[in-house]
Amino acid sequence: MSLLNQYFSVFVQGFGHTLLASIIALIGSLVLGTLFAIMQVSSSKTGRIIGNIYVQVFRNIPLLIITLFLYLAVAKVIKMTGFVAGTVGLTLYTSAFIAESVRAGILSIEAGQMEGARANGLTFNQAMRVIILPQAFKVAIPSLGNQFINLVKNSSILAFVGGLDLMYQGNLVAASSFDTFTTYIIIGVFYLVITMPLSYYVQHLETKLKKKA
Amino acid sequence: MSEFFNAFTSANMGYLLGGLGITVGVSAISVVLSLLFGSIVGIIQFEKIPFFSSFVGTLNNIVRNLPLLLIIFFTYFALPQLGIHLPIFWATVAAMTFFESAMLAEIVRGGLEAVDRGQFEGARANGLSNMQTMWHIVLPQAYKKMIPPIISQLISLVKDTSLASGIVLAEMTYRGQIVYAQNTNYIIPVLVVLTVVYFLLNYGLSLIAKWFDKKLA
Amino acid sequence: MEKIRKRRFGIIASLVLAALILLGAFWASVTIDKNKTHQDTLARVERKGQITWGVKADTKLFGLMDTKTAQPAGFEIDLAKAMTAQIAKQTNTKLSAAFVPVSSASRIQLLKNTNIDGLISTMTITPERAKIVDFTNVYFNAGQSLLVKKDSGIQSVKDMNDPKYTVLVVVGTTAAQETKKYAPKAKIIALQDYASAMQALKSGQGQALSTDNAILYGLATENPDYHLVGGVFTKAPYGMAFDHNQKPMTKQANRALKTLQENGTYNRLVEKWFHNVPGLDWHDLEVNK
Repeated sequence: MSLLNQYFSVFVQGFGHTLLASIIALIGSLVLGTLFAIMQVSSSKTGRIIGNIYVQVFRNIPLLIITLFLYLAVAKVIKMTGFVAGTVGLTLYTSAFIAESVRAGILSIEAGQMEGARANGLTFNQAMRVIILPQAFKVAIPSLGNQFINLVKNSSILAFVGGLDLMYQGNLVAASSFDTFTTYIIIGVFYLVITMPLSYYVQHLETKLKKKA
Repeated sequence: MSEFFNAFTSANMGYLLGGLGITVGVSAISVVLSLLFGSIVGIIQFEKIPFFSSFVGTLNNIVRNLPLLLIIFFTYFALPQLGIHLPIFWATVAAMTFFESAMLAEIVRGGLEAVDRGQFEGARANGLSNMQTMWHIVLPQAYKKMIPPIISQLISLVKDTSLASGIVLAEMTYRGQIVYAQNTNYIIPVLVVLTVVYFLLNYGLSLIAKWFDKKLA
Repeated sequence: MEKIRKRRFGIIASLVLAALILLGAFWASVTIDKNKTHQDTLARVERKGQITWGVKADTKLFGLMDTKTAQPAGFEIDLAKAMTAQIAKQTNTKLSAAFVPVSSASRIQLLKNTNIDGLISTMTITPERAKIVDFTNVYFNAGQSLLVKKDSGIQSVKDMNDPKYTVLVVVGTTAAQETKKYAPKAKIIALQDYASAMQALKSGQGQALSTDNAILYGLATENPDYHLVGGVFTKAPYGMAFDHNQKPMTKQANRALKTLQENGTYNRLVEKWFHNVPGLDWHDLEVNK
């Protein structure tokens, strides 16, 4: 416990960075993910191809590789700190999974609704925005919630690029206090503070959705 | 530009791809072990035994909600403080199995719940015991349905082994770092190679999952 | 009837599991304290017939993985081999050397956990570390310096004392702590290994990379646009390390090191690894017999 007292401000600083990176990446990946999901179900062939390639590429390579690429290679051209590189990496990686969730949500909506909306004179984009997406999101909410939990956990990747997050600070504390055991337990509790409530909330939503169905 | 191609010596590439064996080995062993432990936990949760199921479920949730990177560091750096010394390969397998079992438990529970309730009652009416029903009737059906999600967990595992580079396991990503430690100009070619290899491996796996998905539908 | 049985089973199983967890936690807290005192390293080494050295695998000249053989190579690797052979002679046992790559962040933990027997990994002797590990005598005299881009205009660590500058260091090195004293206003970012830190410097994540000069020379050889500035601003003598209170092992190691320095082996290794490093006169590193 003395370890917690001694390094409390360090842990809190890390916690703040983890939270901030997670929130930014969540918003970013929601926008990007939805965009690519729409591309995947659009009528344009190039749109579908680009959407598919994006999703397949970012789903199938490790987040660490994406982040290292940004931090060590892309940063040569576009300046970014480890925190930014890590957050952008998280966004790109998570957006591919969110695209899948949203796409599944869209596909679960009857095709008739799209046709009906189009028949009523709405454009594809309008129909998507007004009719399909709101319903698709409702279906996708539990799976989006799980993606957010994953995102918080995956934010530990920032430790590899000096991203000042919880894991990074934890490693520094472990390296200077030599009490790895206690340090990592404390770090674990900090992560659970974010992820556990989320996880129970998602479970609650899932059961609610099931009851409706 | 020539620096770019200088990185592609046979020694460097051989060393890098040698890491692929470790990456695949860790993932494959972990997925098999996690399936075993995950099934036990999943069945306990599914059976809704008073107190016990929710207790186990809570523990399972705690594990699921921790970053894998933390579990890996903990297993290799902190467990020895308890006198538990695992060689680095097995420490990684243990950490991944611990984490992945919790993930697979959820999949197993979901798979079991998807099996029609009527089947239980039918089997029970035919005189099969609880255990027999589970073993002969329900599990085989549930596992069949679970093949695609299990393969996607395997894909996650393959990607996640890269985290073990943080504890200096000589898997592919760590070996990549060693190759670009010789000459930092190798960094881009190394990352390109890593990207391609991971992608081919995981994309291949995802195609297999898709094939099962179609076949089972 | 069955419901009651199930309920009873659930309660008992829950209690057993809870008891197991509590017992485990109790055992863990007791064991952590108990394991703080370790067995004798020398005895363990003799029993195994092997000294497992924690070495660097990402540091040019000292310990760098050879991708052809998948074995690390460098000054420290050769010195560790020579040390192992010499200790074997002194103790009249058969000893072989094994190598485990370590990172600066994790090496002391691995040593204390007895994953490895000894460390020879560009580790600076400091009073804080000496409280938790046993150091041998100095086997290499390094000093902390600064690597910057040639056209950066930065002349010394004092120039870095400005919030607009970022100094890159590696987690678990002395530079990570020392730099703060010399440039308190500069931002400091710690990375996992030297290759990443060098690449981060090149991609502009920081304006300087700070660590021991000997390591920086190795990085400068392959990156001619970068040079060392400001000389050495803290001394960083390297020592081999063993777990705390391992007098017999440390004594044997010191004796072996002295013999290697006296019989010329040490100087031969210095010449082998440092004779053509630009900016470094390897004769300065030689010990007088």
